[in-house]
Amino acid sequence: MKILVCMKQVPQKDAPLKLNEAGTWIREDVSYEVNEPDAFALEEALRQKEKHTGEVVVVTAGPARALQVLREALAKGADRAIHLEDDAFVGLDAYNTARAIAAAIEDEKFDLIFTGLQSDDYGYAQTGVILAQILGLPHATIIMQIEKTGGGIRVKRELEAGFFQFVDMPLPAVLTIQSGINKLRYATLIGIKQAKTKPLRKVTLAEVQSSMGANLQKIEKLYVPQKTKNTEFLEGPPAEVAKKLLDKLKNELRVI
Amino acid sequence: MDTILVIVEQREGKLNRVSWETIAAGQAIAAQTGWTLEAAVVGSGVAAIASEVAAKKLAKVYDVESLRLEPYTPDAFAYALQEFLGKHPAKLVLMPHTYQVRDFVPKLATALQTTAISDAIGYRYECGKLVFTRQMFQGKFVADVSFAGSGPCFVTFQNGSFRADKVEAGATPAPVETVNVEVPDNIVRNQPQAVFKEAKQAVDLTQAEIIVSVGRGIKEQKNIELAKQLADALGGELAASRPICDNGWLPMDRQIGSSGQTVAPKLYLALGISGAIQHIVGMKGSRSIVAINKDSEAPIFEIADYAVVGNLFDIVPPLIEEVKKAKG
Repeated sequence: MKILVCMKQVPQKDAPLKLNEAGTWIREDVSYEVNEPDAFALEEALRQKEKHTGEVVVVTAGPARALQVLREALAKGADRAIHLEDDAFVGLDAYNTARAIAAAIEDEKFDLIFTGLQSDDYGYAQTGVILAQILGLPHATIIMQIEKTGGGIRVKRELEAGFFQFVDMPLPAVLTIQSGINKLRYATLIGIKQAKTKPLRKVTLAEVQSSMGANLQKIEKLYVPQKTKNTEFLEGPPAEVAKKLLDKLKNELRVI
Repeated sequence: MDTILVIVEQREGKLNRVSWETIAAGQAIAAQTGWTLEAAVVGSGVAAIASEVAAKKLAKVYDVESLRLEPYTPDAFAYALQEFLGKHPAKLVLMPHTYQVRDFVPKLATALQTTAISDAIGYRYECGKLVFTRQMFQGKFVADVSFAGSGPCFVTFQNGSFRADKVEAGATPAPVETVNVEVPDNIVRNQPQAVFKEAKQAVDLTQAEIIVSVGRGIKEQKNIELAKQLADALGGELAASRPICDNGWLPMDRQIGSSGQTVAPKLYLALGISGAIQHIVGMKGSRSIVAINKDSEAPIFEIADYAVVGNLFDIVPPLIEEVKKAKG
């Protein structure tokens, strides 16, 4: 099985984020990490390769800093990496990101393409499905299990409120992977060493730009959400805060 | 005249009630823009749902039918709606942001060379221009997003963004038009099996009056015990955000959020929960929310009634003692 994993670098979960002066994006001087569902997508690809042999290729679209995500993936066992490298990739809508990735892999034939089910920054939850449509492939979303069958694969789709569904589908296919589908591995020291010698292909914006277009959705303004609730902050040393909180639970919320 | 189309969600012949929220959104936008509001039900043998929807204040309801639309597949839904929209153009297409919609809308929008503004929480109509608001960076920011294509513009609304009870009934039932769509044999590639539930849910958190819920801030499995002690002292149930259940620290049936249970207790006490959107949609209807988190910018504080910025391991032990004392 030849598997492509689309990965994204996003701001670290608890990184304090600040708006830029124009109020259109965040200030980029923060710590970054791999988008969590993408880490599960990579792990699933590595497990499928271990079961069925093959190759795992990782791709990301982002500035120079995004290389870190690919390095970590190679250290965990991916065979090679593709980096669509340009600052401009940060500001793309999902349609353009998918078009750029599709253009970068047009000479390759993958049996499976994985993405995380959504990103922690934009949260579109669309890039994988759009990529499937562009490539003319079937897709399934929010996947919690993948089994190879005679003619293709059987996947377990997560639905809302604790429901699931198995879906049989042919290969090649695109799947968006849910967090928690597996247990993540750590990179080994040997893996980290080997990663340095693994093939990395850089793709410039110019190489894929003819396949892209204008963004169809535009962020006019980014801002801190307006509070809909009148939140009361309780302050003081822990013992005092505990007393204050008890008073609220008892006398305001009346749950004690 | 420009048209707004609401695509009502049905699953296995049952109307998904979140669709009423989308119709409420459509009615609000139609009232402000003066555009025509229509709805479509897509499926096989779903005329009864179309009639139910037609009781609402809508110009028209379409019953889009094909045998291939049951069971649901993204291929058939995207194909049928592309055909339908080709003959009945809409400027704006509204849907609830459900797992099913997420599965086919990006495909449909791409096939029409347009875009979907996904998981929107509201809209504004200013100077003849519609902007939609959506959360970004896990709810830390909100973005005003405008549509820059030539249409149709698809928008999916987050569960709970509009109130279902605000839907206006029509003076007379809206006309229902059946549209039969021919979905060719070779279009559908996926073969879905029956929908099932993993295991009988042992805990019904929807009935709990007090819920103590833990998130990543609990750090280690052994610390769950601390949250359990607080839940016990309060006489409440223990719940968690998704990562805790993914780690196996608590069973999946204690998960709150879009993939778990949706709850509205008297008290929701969130310990070390940052408040990612997927969690918030499962608990934002709670009567009161108390949040303890060390990150002062955690989105959970946006919806909390009482907030404590601090280390939960410092605050929870004395709180347990206070609760025990108060209860005698």
